[in-house]
Amino acid sequence: MINSSLRKLSAALAARKISATELATLFLDRIEKLNPGLNAYITLDRAKTLAQAQAADASGKVGAQDTPLAGIPLAHKDIFCTKGWRTSCGSRMLENFVAPYDAHVVEKLAAAGMVTLGKLNMDEFAMGSSNESSYFGPVKNPWDTARVPGGSSGGSAAAIAARLAPVATGTDTGGSIRQPAALCGLTGLKPTYGVVSRYGMIAFASSLDQAGPMAKSAEDCALLLNAMAGFDPRDSTSLERPAEDYARDLEQPLAGLRIGLPKEFFGAGMDADVRAVVDAALAEYRRLGATTVEVSLPNSGLSVPAYYVIAPAEASSNLSRFDGVRYGYRAPEYGDLNDMYSKSRAQGFGAEVKRRILIGTYVLSHGYYDAYYLKAQKIRRLIAADFQRAFENCDVIMGPTSPSVAFAFGAKSADPVQMYLSDIYTISTNLAGLPGMSLPCGFGAHDMPVGLQIIGSWFGEAKMLQAAHQYQKVTDWHTRMPENLK
Amino acid sequence: MSLTPEDVSRIALLSRIELSPAEREATREQLNGILGFIEQLQAVDTAGIEPMAHAVDVVQRLRPDVVTETDRRAEFQAVAPETEAGLYLVPKVIE
Repeated sequence: MINSSLRKLSAALAARKISATELATLFLDRIEKLNPGLNAYITLDRAKTLAQAQAADASGKVGAQDTPLAGIPLAHKDIFCTKGWRTSCGSRMLENFVAPYDAHVVEKLAAAGMVTLGKLNMDEFAMGSSNESSYFGPVKNPWDTARVPGGSSGGSAAAIAARLAPVATGTDTGGSIRQPAALCGLTGLKPTYGVVSRYGMIAFASSLDQAGPMAKSAEDCALLLNAMAGFDPRDSTSLERPAEDYARDLEQPLAGLRIGLPKEFFGAGMDADVRAVVDAALAEYRRLGATTVEVSLPNSGLSVPAYYVIAPAEASSNLSRFDGVRYGYRAPEYGDLNDMYSKSRAQGFGAEVKRRILIGTYVLSHGYYDAYYLKAQKIRRLIAADFQRAFENCDVIMGPTSPSVAFAFGAKSADPVQMYLSDIYTISTNLAGLPGMSLPCGFGAHDMPVGLQIIGSWFGEAKMLQAAHQYQKVTDWHTRMPENLK
Repeated sequence: MSLTPEDVSRIALLSRIELSPAEREATREQLNGILGFIEQLQAVDTAGIEPMAHAVDVVQRLRPDVVTETDRRAEFQAVAPETEAGLYLVPKVIE
């Protein structure tokens, strides 16, 4: 049952082979046993979970045509506000914050009849690529607990990899769904900007933040995205588009699919073990009838520096709301009002968050705005234009998700810039607003999972999911799990 | 360019984040490392390029000017550090 796809779980529930309550209990028991060694969940509430499961069992939604996910449990990254549950965003600042409302995504999945298992650990305010910046301690990679799970959705990735949840929500501002999915051997998708509402999702960099599904397979991602996506007037950047069935093209063969391979993604910088595995995956795609064509994204090398102007600038503005007045941490001792702000923020935020607020404040400050922020926004347009040109010659773009397999704890934490470069292949899609996904395509050094990245054109989710699903029909990487957790 | 200790103090003040003298020096080194990294943007020719502020071109939607929120003050203030009679309490700002 713990390895089952959403369709299988749905069928088992519909046939009354198992109840939602039994299914939730099975996962809760497994979490109780295995989570202490992984630190993937940071908030659990058995009574609440079971109450939701019992409500699902009694609702009539289980087995109904329009609620195929009813009764299936999932877990939320702790960036999503969940009414009545602690919502910490991985920070001391929100250590005791119980959200007074649900995020749109949480509302939608609850309306679909899904059951919340708990809240998942993450890099503080989603700023990090290793989960080492969480106030609640790092998440361990289930494949090797001496290694990072990636970040910032590291708790989501570790929970699914260890089969402590069938699926989970994640968010991706510069790679935070795709990189942990790659490092933990999962499938994860960041939709086109605006497809999923940001309402109730704690803001990091508002022009880049996007929520998406994390799961074992592309099919599960498609089904979860069906339930997550949709217009929401409470997010001013939510797009009003007709509803899509993201699973509609899964069974279409790939003959004729044109795969663009950006030469900049296959140069130096990618580890040899990752390259070998990615090359083998591309060979598999050619066997499936796809053709590969070289494309160029000449400005992609500028994506990481441009991102580290734009994202901190937006973060410094978004995180100014944490002032110790209306909610969140307040320092126990202070003098005047400014001293209260400064001490509360100094004590409530961790080192990486403070660094990014300081950088963001600097690049937006008088005299530097044009040189840094406006300059980075112009380069952002160049990066987006590169993709537009590349998609004239291909249907999807493929390459590595991460330049290396999961690294050891501490390996990059002393040098922020080294850590930032972990997202070298993922950041450009956020800047362009494009959808991107990662799927497992083999194992590299130290027997750690390697992810293949698929980048789609704007609103190309169904095509990416089709490409991923067809590959997963002829490979079994997405079904593998760590031996010691079986 | 490289930040001086005074620059770091000024940015910290603007950010409302208190830094101890020891933190200030370590922060200065890290910020200079990051600024050195983003310096490469300056070499790019961006003449005539429009800044891209957002991932998709959308315009602000307008909605009818009607009340859509209900009064949830008690609920929202329940998570505040300090309140009294429906007000948020902060140190005195006007003598």
